[in-house]
Amino acid sequence: MLAYLAKRIAIGLVTLIVASAVVFLVLEIVPGDPALLMLGMNAEPEALAALREDMGLNQPVVLRYFGWVAGMAFGDFGNSYTYSTPVLELIGGRVMVSLPLALISLFLSTAIALPVGIFAASRRGKPADTISMGAAQIGVAIPNFWFALILIYLFAVWLRLVPAGGFPGWDAGLWAGFKALFLPAIALALPQAAILARVTRSAMLEVLGEDYIRTARAKGMPRRIVLWHHALRNALIPVLTILGLQFAFLLAGTIIIENVFYLPGLGRLIFQAITQRDLIVVEGVVMLLVATVIAVNILVDIGYAIVDPRLRTRR
Amino acid sequence: MKTIKSVIGGATLLLMAGSAALAARTDLVVGVVLEPPHLDPTASAAAAIDEILYANLFQGLTRIGRNGEVLPSLAESWEVSDDGKIYTFKLRSGVTFHDGTTFDAEDVKFTLDRARAEDSTNAQKQLFAAIDTVEVIDPETVKIMLSSPQGAFLYNLGWGDAVIVAPESAETNKEKPIGTGPFKFEKWAKGSSISLVKNADYWGEPVALEKAEFRVVPDAAAAIPALLSGDVQAFPQMPVGDALSQIESDPRFVVAIGATEGETILSTNNGKEPFNNIKVRQAIAHALNREEIIAGNGTAYGTPIGSHFSPANEAYVDLTGTYPYDPAKAKALLAEAGYPDGFKATLKLPPPAYARDGGQVVASQLRQVGIELEIIPVEWAQWLEQVFKNKDYDLTIVSHTEPNDINIYARDDYYFNYKNPAFKEVMNALEATADPKKRIELYQTAQKIIAEDAVNGFMFQLPKIGVWDAKLEGMWENSPIQANDLTEVKWSD
Repeated sequence: MLAYLAKRIAIGLVTLIVASAVVFLVLEIVPGDPALLMLGMNAEPEALAALREDMGLNQPVVLRYFGWVAGMAFGDFGNSYTYSTPVLELIGGRVMVSLPLALISLFLSTAIALPVGIFAASRRGKPADTISMGAAQIGVAIPNFWFALILIYLFAVWLRLVPAGGFPGWDAGLWAGFKALFLPAIALALPQAAILARVTRSAMLEVLGEDYIRTARAKGMPRRIVLWHHALRNALIPVLTILGLQFAFLLAGTIIIENVFYLPGLGRLIFQAITQRDLIVVEGVVMLLVATVIAVNILVDIGYAIVDPRLRTRR
Repeated sequence: MKTIKSVIGGATLLLMAGSAALAARTDLVVGVVLEPPHLDPTASAAAAIDEILYANLFQGLTRIGRNGEVLPSLAESWEVSDDGKIYTFKLRSGVTFHDGTTFDAEDVKFTLDRARAEDSTNAQKQLFAAIDTVEVIDPETVKIMLSSPQGAFLYNLGWGDAVIVAPESAETNKEKPIGTGPFKFEKWAKGSSISLVKNADYWGEPVALEKAEFRVVPDAAAAIPALLSGDVQAFPQMPVGDALSQIESDPRFVVAIGATEGETILSTNNGKEPFNNIKVRQAIAHALNREEIIAGNGTAYGTPIGSHFSPANEAYVDLTGTYPYDPAKAKALLAEAGYPDGFKATLKLPPPAYARDGGQVVASQLRQVGIELEIIPVEWAQWLEQVFKNKDYDLTIVSHTEPNDINIYARDDYYFNYKNPAFKEVMNALEATADPKKRIELYQTAQKIIAEDAVNGFMFQLPKIGVWDAKLEGMWENSPIQANDLTEVKWSD
C-alpha cells in the first residue's frame, strides 16, 4: 500500500513539473504585451519601457522560467502585474470563495445523486425509475449558467431571499457568506448530480445482476441489506471515478458560475487575468488547479483501495 | 405561490422595520463592469480607477464638470501671463489629506515633477510635456512655467492622471489611496467591491452620502437581476444585453442616455494599399450607412459623427454630410481608384459589442460596393499588440474614449499612419493659442481636414447608458471625462 502511494505521488510530481513547463511556454506564445495593456492607447514609448523594466519583462525567457519555478518551490508565486500584490495572497483570498463553493456543490450533488441512483436501480423499469431518470436527463441537458439565471430570478429578484450575486466576504459573517454561495452551489451541483445519479444507477444495475447478489437474496437476506451492503460497495468504484473527475469539472464550472454571480473566486480571477494578460497570475492559478486535480486523483486512488481490498495488494 | 410570496415578504418587512430608519437613505451601491487593477489614478490608463476615485477621493488643481467645463478644485483661482507661458495658481487653504497631512504647494510640485519624471509610469505623461519648471512661491501659491504656450493646460490638469498626491502616501496609493476629496477609502474586497465613506474633515461642501460602494458586476446577464433585486442601485454605464427595454418600461428605474467622449470609428490603415488612396477612403465613407450601423451596434443608441469630435463639445461641427451614404458613388470612386471590381481586406474586431456587432453591419455595407472584408475577432491584448503597436491591420473598429483627443491625428507614429502637414500646423497653432474663440475656430478647421481626408470611417459617438433608481438624484448623465462623480448624489426621500 505504501509503495503504491509513493509511486502515485512521484507520478504526480513529474506531472506537476511537466505542467509548469507547458503552462509557461503556452503563455509565452500568447500574443499581447501586459505593459501595453496597462498603459493603454495614449502610452508613451518611454513610459512603456519603464514599466516593462519594472515588471521584469525584459529578462530572457529561460531565466524567468527558472526564477518562477524556484520561487514557487519556496512558496513565492511572484507579484501580480495588474494588482501588484503577491499572487499567493491573491489566490488565498479567492480560494476562500471557490473551495467552499466546490465543496458545498460536491456534497449537494453526492447527497442527491447517490440515493436517487440507488432508488432508481432498485425500481428498475418501474414508473419511479422512469421519472427520476427523466429528471436526470433534463438535469444533464440544462446548461448551468441558464439554470443559474432561473435561480436568480426566482430566489433573488422575486422572493428576495438571497442576494442576486456578489460576495460580502467571510468577515461579514458565516451566514451572510453561505447565503451568497447558496444559489451558485445549487446551480453547480444539480447538473453534476444528474450525471452522478445516472452513473450510480447503471453501476448498481450491473452489480445487481451478479451471481453473488442472487445468492444473497436466495439465502433470504432482506432486500435492503443486499442493496446497501453488497451492491453499493461494489458499485462505488465507477462512482468514485466520476466523483474525482467531477471535482475538476466543478473547478472549471466555477469560471462560468462565478461570472454569472460575480463571485470573487478563482474562476473569476483566472478569467480576468487572461484578458488583462496578467500572465503570472494565470500561471499561478493553473499550477494550483493542476496540483489540486493531481491530489484529488491520488485521493480517489486511495478511495479505491478502501472500497476494494483487492487493490491494496495487487500493485 | 402568491401566498408564499406574501408570507415571506411580510416576514421580511417585519424584520426590516426594526432596523430601518425613517430618514432618507445615505448609502449607495454603484455597479461597475471592470474592477480597477489598483487604486492609483496616476499610474495606469485603466478608466476603472478614475471611475471610482476621480472627484470622489482624489482631486486635481482643476476639475472637469458635468458638461466638460474646467472648474476650480484644489486651486481656488489662477492667473495666466500674457504670453500664455506662466500659470500662477492660488491654492485652497485648510485642506488636509485623508491621513491628516496638510496639502500645500510642495504637494503640487511633488505630484507634477513625479508625473513627468524620467522613470514615470504615468499613462498620460504627455499631459505634462509642456511643463518646464514648477516653482513653490509660498505654501499657497504655485508657479508653473511652460516651455511653450499650451491652450489646453488647465483642462489637462483636470484629468484623473493629474490628481494631487502627497509624498507621504504616493507609493501606497495603489492599495490604500489617500486624497483630499469628500470621500475617503474604507475597504477593497478584491474581486468584489470598493467602499468609500464620507470624509468628515472635507474642506468643501460635504456630500450627502455617508457610504458609497462600487460593486464589480462584470456580466450583462448579472447586471439586470442585481438591479431588480435592489442589490445595486445605479449603473452609470450599464453593461447592456438585450434586456434594456425591460428596464426602460419599469417605473422604478431611470434610463439616461448620455454622451461619452468615445468616437467610434472604422480605423483605417492610411499607410497601406489600397487605403493610402484617398478615393478608396472616400468610397468607404460613402458606403457607410451610419443609421444602420447605430441600429446594429448592440445598444441601438449613439449620435452619428462625421469627424473625430464629440457632439457635446462646444467646438463641434456636424460633418456627417461630407460624404453622405451613397453606394453608387462609392462604386464609382472605387472604379476611379482602379478597383472596379472592389478588393479584399481584413477587419479586426476587439471584444466590445459596438465592434463585434457593428462590424457585421459595416462588413455587409462594404460588401455591397464590392469590398470583401474578412472579419478577424481579437482580444484587447491582441488588438493593442497587433493593431495599435505593430500597425498590422487594414481596418478595425474601436472607440477612442480619451476626451478631446483629435490631436492623435498629428502623431507620426500613431496607428492610423496618417500624415498631413496642414493638420499638424493647425494642432501646433492650437497648442500656442489660449484665446477660447480662436481655439474653437482651430478645432473646427481640424475637424474639417480629417473629415475631408476621410482618414477613418467616422461612425458614431458611443452612448453612455446609465440606469439608476428613480429616487436617486444628481447622477451624471454624460461622461465628459472618465469619472462617476458622486459629490452631488443624494436620495430624494
